[in-house]
Amino acid sequence: MTGPTDWVPAGIDVDQPSAARVYDYFLGGAHNFAVDRALAEQIAAMTPNIGETMRSNRVFLRRAVRYLAGQGIRQFLDIGSGIPTAGNVHEIALEAAPGASVVYVDIDPVAVEHSRAILAGVDRTGVICADVRDVERVISESEKLGLIDFSQPVAVLLAGVLHFVPDSDDPAGVVAALRDAVAPGSYLLISHATADGQPPEVIEAQRLSGRTATEIVLRDGAGITAYFDGFTLVDPGLVFIPQWRPDPGDEVDEHPERVGAYAGVGIKN
Amino acid sequence: MPPQDAAGRAVFARRWRRRVARAGFVPMDHGELGKLLRRLTGRLCVLLRAPRFDPRAAGEIGAALVGAHLTEPAVLAATVSVIGDHLVAAAGAGPGHRERVVQIQGAVAAGYVRALRAATMAEQERLNRAVLDAHATAERALRTSEEHLRAVFDNAAVGIGVSSMDGRIVRVNQAFADLLGYPVEEMCGLLVPQLTHPSDPPDMWRLYDEMIRGDRDHVRLEKAYYRKDGAVVRTDMTASLIRDEHGAPEFTIAMVQDITDRLRLQDRLEHQANHDPLTGLPNRAMIAAHLDRIFAGATRVGLCYLDLDGFKRVNDTLGHQVGDELLVAVAQRLAACAGEPGRVAGRMSGDEFVLVVADPDGPQELSALAERLLAALTRPYQLGQHRMRVSASIGVVDSEVRGTTPAELMKAADLTLYVAKQEGRGRFVMYDADRNARQAARYELAAAMPDALDRHEFTLVYQPLVSLADQRLCGVEALVRWRHPVLGLLAPDEFIPLAEETGVILQLGRWVLEQACAQAAEWARRFPELRVSMSVNMTVSQAHEPSLPFDVADILARTGLDPALLVLELTESAIMDTEGAPLRALDGLAQRGIRIAIDDFGTGYSNLAYLRRLPVHTLKLAGPFVNGLREPGEGGSVDEQIVETIVRLAHAIGISVTAEAVETRLQADRLRDLGCDTGQGWLFARPLPADEVTALLIGETTAPIYVNT
Repeated sequence: MTGPTDWVPAGIDVDQPSAARVYDYFLGGAHNFAVDRALAEQIAAMTPNIGETMRSNRVFLRRAVRYLAGQGIRQFLDIGSGIPTAGNVHEIALEAAPGASVVYVDIDPVAVEHSRAILAGVDRTGVICADVRDVERVISESEKLGLIDFSQPVAVLLAGVLHFVPDSDDPAGVVAALRDAVAPGSYLLISHATADGQPPEVIEAQRLSGRTATEIVLRDGAGITAYFDGFTLVDPGLVFIPQWRPDPGDEVDEHPERVGAYAGVGIKN
Repeated sequence: MPPQDAAGRAVFARRWRRRVARAGFVPMDHGELGKLLRRLTGRLCVLLRAPRFDPRAAGEIGAALVGAHLTEPAVLAATVSVIGDHLVAAAGAGPGHRERVVQIQGAVAAGYVRALRAATMAEQERLNRAVLDAHATAERALRTSEEHLRAVFDNAAVGIGVSSMDGRIVRVNQAFADLLGYPVEEMCGLLVPQLTHPSDPPDMWRLYDEMIRGDRDHVRLEKAYYRKDGAVVRTDMTASLIRDEHGAPEFTIAMVQDITDRLRLQDRLEHQANHDPLTGLPNRAMIAAHLDRIFAGATRVGLCYLDLDGFKRVNDTLGHQVGDELLVAVAQRLAACAGEPGRVAGRMSGDEFVLVVADPDGPQELSALAERLLAALTRPYQLGQHRMRVSASIGVVDSEVRGTTPAELMKAADLTLYVAKQEGRGRFVMYDADRNARQAARYELAAAMPDALDRHEFTLVYQPLVSLADQRLCGVEALVRWRHPVLGLLAPDEFIPLAEETGVILQLGRWVLEQACAQAAEWARRFPELRVSMSVNMTVSQAHEPSLPFDVADILARTGLDPALLVLELTESAIMDTEGAPLRALDGLAQRGIRIAIDDFGTGYSNLAYLRRLPVHTLKLAGPFVNGLREPGEGGSVDEQIVETIVRLAHAIGISVTAEAVETRLQADRLRDLGCDTGQGWLFARPLPADEVTALLIGETTAPIYVNT
């Protein structure tokens, strides 16, 4: 666990819905306030699939972390970790690869403190309060924690994060900076909301998401694939979330596009 | 346990798993979920068969589901429904267990809800704790950064002060206290208005009031402060208004940076740019700026423009070092005379100084001032071992500001100074508009001359010289005219003195000489037997120009004129050098065969002694002598005796005599009788253009002529 930071986080305003707490609510958690639940219900009313999207994203993360552990990865940098309710990356990673290191990064100070509480007493885990757009800070704080050795392969998890970064903040530049910071053989995981194959109400949901601190930007498959510049996508490439290496017993919906999100994992060349 | 029981339980667990998986988010994979539900199925079967119902154990099954994060309400619905439909079959029990099934459903549901409620409360508590922790972290960070800020405040090199809205200084850092020479505690408690300085910008307190009222958030200006010890520090001051969370003004923060040194350097550079480094007086640029200010703000302006008489000689004879010392001493006396508000002395260049007076009382103030200046400047100077006196000439102008400009004022003063020089130096002259206009016109004319030469506005006419004995044309005198495009035809006395002053005479003189020689050469070729000579006038500065012999030789060579046909006419003053001795250059010219004539003889000192030592060939008698000649028998006048004496003397030393301004036949006859050789004047011919002279020469070849008889 890291000590107090000298960086004053952006304000803590529990009267504003938080993306992390809305996500938690969709995963059946109670780490949320009335304002978060009200927004979640409103989004769910507009887009009935949203809960499913959130849940399948979580399930994808579980499958992917197991896959990465199976590829020998022992360092995980989970950026935009949110408030982990159940099936947390560190639990999955440590179960699949005892001795692995996990660093959570989130911009929401409440999510950070929550993670800190959950991780208390768990070896080789840490939390950073940082903005994904500030890659330099993410990397330097991770190194300060002594948990991640960037000369060795590391898995960078950007699950449901990049769609919070508007084009004006150069998300491709953010990903490229992360790519340049990690060693060859490192992995990049992205799941990202999309309008591909979506009904129009998704656009409305996107507008509503503007009531959280950040707005969701829907991007198409080509745009998301471009973030993997310098990486080679592993099978099955960039696909709708339920299609990414489903477990043998999983029932894959015949309309996987309904989840409205792509997922992909690539290895750095 | 019988094998069919195991198979029944497995079927139940599979059904249950399928229903749960459809119900909602399952944070585990199929294998894990199946394992959990198979275990719980076993416990359900035990509960069903137990002789006595154990509600606590049934509740634990519901709690186990919540513990596995199967928290979707639909999971409970699926569970209750699967138990109701299939548990009896799974356990291989009979229909008599109906009541027990209902008991199990109720207790599982109660356990689930209890656990969910506990989990929810725990999560809410964890979340609240996270919020509190986040606040604590933020506060810690804030405190750390506040400590940083305090360190910055305490250790900053710039002075920082905080004052409340009632103008009281409540906090200052060490730098600010040091800057003003107070202990920190003493400075706190001062009022902002106590820091007033006379040089504060006029609108500073208005800006401060605006800030106090909340109408302005920042002010930045240069401000001077009195230190506690009375010294002055000059600062770059920035004040900012800090508002409370409702936007109301709370206090002000001032940051001051000591720029005394910078301003001092700036002042020094500005002083250097505006002052003459030798004397320390304001220079031309600053005087110009000062005049601009006067013209903007005053109604009258006075100017003394002065120049030392003969300063060049001081420099030439005693060296620049002494010259510089003299200028410094002059500047000091000038500054002492100026020592009154509204009077500024300055050095314009070399030995030219000015004294500018704003709003003088009138011409009498300026003339009094000029008198004092002259008196002060002519007192002896002791410069090292040299004791000397100098005089100065002053042009004085007193004028209303309206209707003139600084440039016109300076020009008028300069012209007036020139008049003072001309009138004999060591004096001051008050500006006179008419004289100034004349002077200005003359200047204009002088300035136009070089261009006029280029544009061929000058022309030559020739006045014949006639041999008095036989009335033959023996020569001509070249006279220059200026066909001025505006003023018309100008006679030499209207522009030659000007040309002499400005130096254009050298250029003009060369041109005249070349034209005249070329014309004479042409006549000599056409009328070789007539031996017509060409007389050309030389001014003082032409005669003294070192290149004169070369110029003459060069022109003779280029025009091909026989030197014996050229006569150079010089006045007595032109023939003498500055020491009063005859010019050596004339010997060289005479040796080449060129003749020298003394013009206007009899009007100067007419020193007959030097005539013997000079290579002079002709004397030209000035007009007044000729004018005084009368009929023979009327009694010899004094003029007649003088003419006779001069002619005799001249002839005695081999010099011929020409009479100028011969206007009557009587005069011509008397002159011939007195032995005068040549005559020139309207009696014979006025100055004529070259072609008319040519016509005369053609007549001359057939019969002697004279005109106007």
